[in-house]
Amino acid sequence: MNNKDFRIVVLAKQVPDTHNVGKDAMKEDGTINRAALPAIFNPDDLKALEMALACKDAISCVSTDVSVKVTIVTMGPSRAAEIIRESMFRGADDGIVISDKRFAGSDTLATSYALSMAVKKLGKIDLVFAGHQAIDGDTAQVGPQVAEKLEMPQLTYAEELISLNKEEIVIKRRLERGVEIVKAQLPTLVTVHSNAYDCRPRRAERVIMYKKAQIEEWTADDINPDFERLGMNGSPTKVKSIENVVLTSKENKIINNNESEINELMKELITTHII
Amino acid sequence: MNNILVFCEITEEQQIAEVSLELCSKARKLADSLSYRLDAIVIGNDIRNIEEQLYPYGVDSIFYLSDFRLSSYQTIPFFSIITKLISEETPDIVLFGATSVGRDIAPRVASYLRCGLTADCTNLEIGSHHDAKNNKTYDNILYQIRPAFGGNIIATIVSPETRPQMATVREGVMKKEVYNNNHKGNIITLDAEKYLNDNDFCIEILERHIEAQKINIKGAPIIVAGGYGIGSKENFALLHELAEVIGGEVGATRAAVDAGFTENERQIGQTGITVRPKLYIACGISGAVQHRAGMDQSAKIISINTDPNAPINAIADYTIIGDAMDIIPKMIKSYKENML
Repeated sequence: MNNKDFRIVVLAKQVPDTHNVGKDAMKEDGTINRAALPAIFNPDDLKALEMALACKDAISCVSTDVSVKVTIVTMGPSRAAEIIRESMFRGADDGIVISDKRFAGSDTLATSYALSMAVKKLGKIDLVFAGHQAIDGDTAQVGPQVAEKLEMPQLTYAEELISLNKEEIVIKRRLERGVEIVKAQLPTLVTVHSNAYDCRPRRAERVIMYKKAQIEEWTADDINPDFERLGMNGSPTKVKSIENVVLTSKENKIINNNESEINELMKELITTHII
Repeated sequence: MNNILVFCEITEEQQIAEVSLELCSKARKLADSLSYRLDAIVIGNDIRNIEEQLYPYGVDSIFYLSDFRLSSYQTIPFFSIITKLISEETPDIVLFGATSVGRDIAPRVASYLRCGLTADCTNLEIGSHHDAKNNKTYDNILYQIRPAFGGNIIATIVSPETRPQMATVREGVMKKEVYNNNHKGNIITLDAEKYLNDNDFCIEILERHIEAQKINIKGAPIIVAGGYGIGSKENFALLHELAEVIGGEVGATRAAVDAGFTENERQIGQTGITVRPKLYIACGISGAVQHRAGMDQSAKIISINTDPNAPINAIADYTIIGDAMDIIPKMIKSYKENML
């Protein structure tokens, strides 16, 4: 690797489609039947991929002598290679799945540790992108935690790439009540908000090219970790108990859809000063 | 180890944020049950009347750091200050609002301290935990309770081995309650030089446009909320009409917001706003647990749904079976007639 290279990493995750949970999604013992759920590319991570590809375009366009590479890093089972191929169809260069039984039971701290060790192994990195959050956890913790472990600043809730050169990035951040435009020196880590641009589609010639691409897979040994910090051992949070949601039924009055019953209800609400 | 720390956020108006006062109220109760001290950390630039704002909510010690460079939030300087204070004061529990600030800073702090953090808790309790693996029982552990896995389950999370135990909580989830108007504590001013490094200011804020909150769902006494079942942006107009007639605001589920039926700011639920109106009219809302987490404390709930078995009906006081587009005009008509 020479200093003409510009390397972008996208942290992505294959997630169960929790928005389409069917009846067989829960096992009888109350645990999740992951096999019954379709696996999808985490939506925010696709937006992160788009911003990474936009960065590649921005650099390549002004510095034709710079080789820009976008690498996807994902942790999960071997089949998570599907999202790397999907990313390659859309413009990413390559990717690595880190997969090992010893990662099982990782909370966000152990996950961010494993991901950060994988990113470190890649060598000099200029930019790291990640989706704001994953739909199976909604924690939004892994991005900032990887940033801390890589000792990079973090730009969270990125909505739009404003400008980029080899030294610094300017992005627009989406906050609860407004926006902020910030500039950071590279390297830095950016988490991408769901308001950001949708990812560009697959390109037919890339699909043909990468359909059968072999995706590199690393085990825990490959990332040279402190094994105590992986998986269950490295996860301070434990699930004490889970319960299926049981609704406590109040006294529920059924109102039929006709003018007189609705009128009675409205009258009751008015006389009791609720409305 | 005998203290709880609440990170207090500062609003654009230079006041302590509502969510922080809500957290102080909850933390005070937790602290009382453990006989702990309640600490608060306030970071900003020349914030006035902090003591008057915080003591009534039961804060015992305020750690205050003021610096001209900190008039708006920045990750790295705040990170330096908070991690240093935590290492000095060793709180047992640290709480953050699940705001864009809290969700930016808390994970970085937890990563540095290598401790557990649970996002978007809907309840916090103290209890014991038995670990079957090492046959050890831990007392006075923070139960961090939140819906998980797309809201299909409620999980109780604990971090028995590491300290501090950290959690974020959305605005409106905990109730803001004055503890004692005569409660007094002390304020400790932190020296910026000792807590900050010059290279902490590595991110430059070029522009900031913060708008005043336009939609006030949280304060609305009546909420007419629509779900995915409403079907379209056009149909949402009817919800606005009902809300206007009876003096309420319009809310929505995440599915309705994601479908583009209405604005983001109207989203009610675990990842949106938590509300407690005196009347909640749920239109075409099936009632996923994440949504219910944001509205189940409403005083009265009316569910309008074509599905008599929709989960929302189980927590509703009244269920009107049918199509909201057909029923709402009848409600408007009836209201107008009765108010004549």
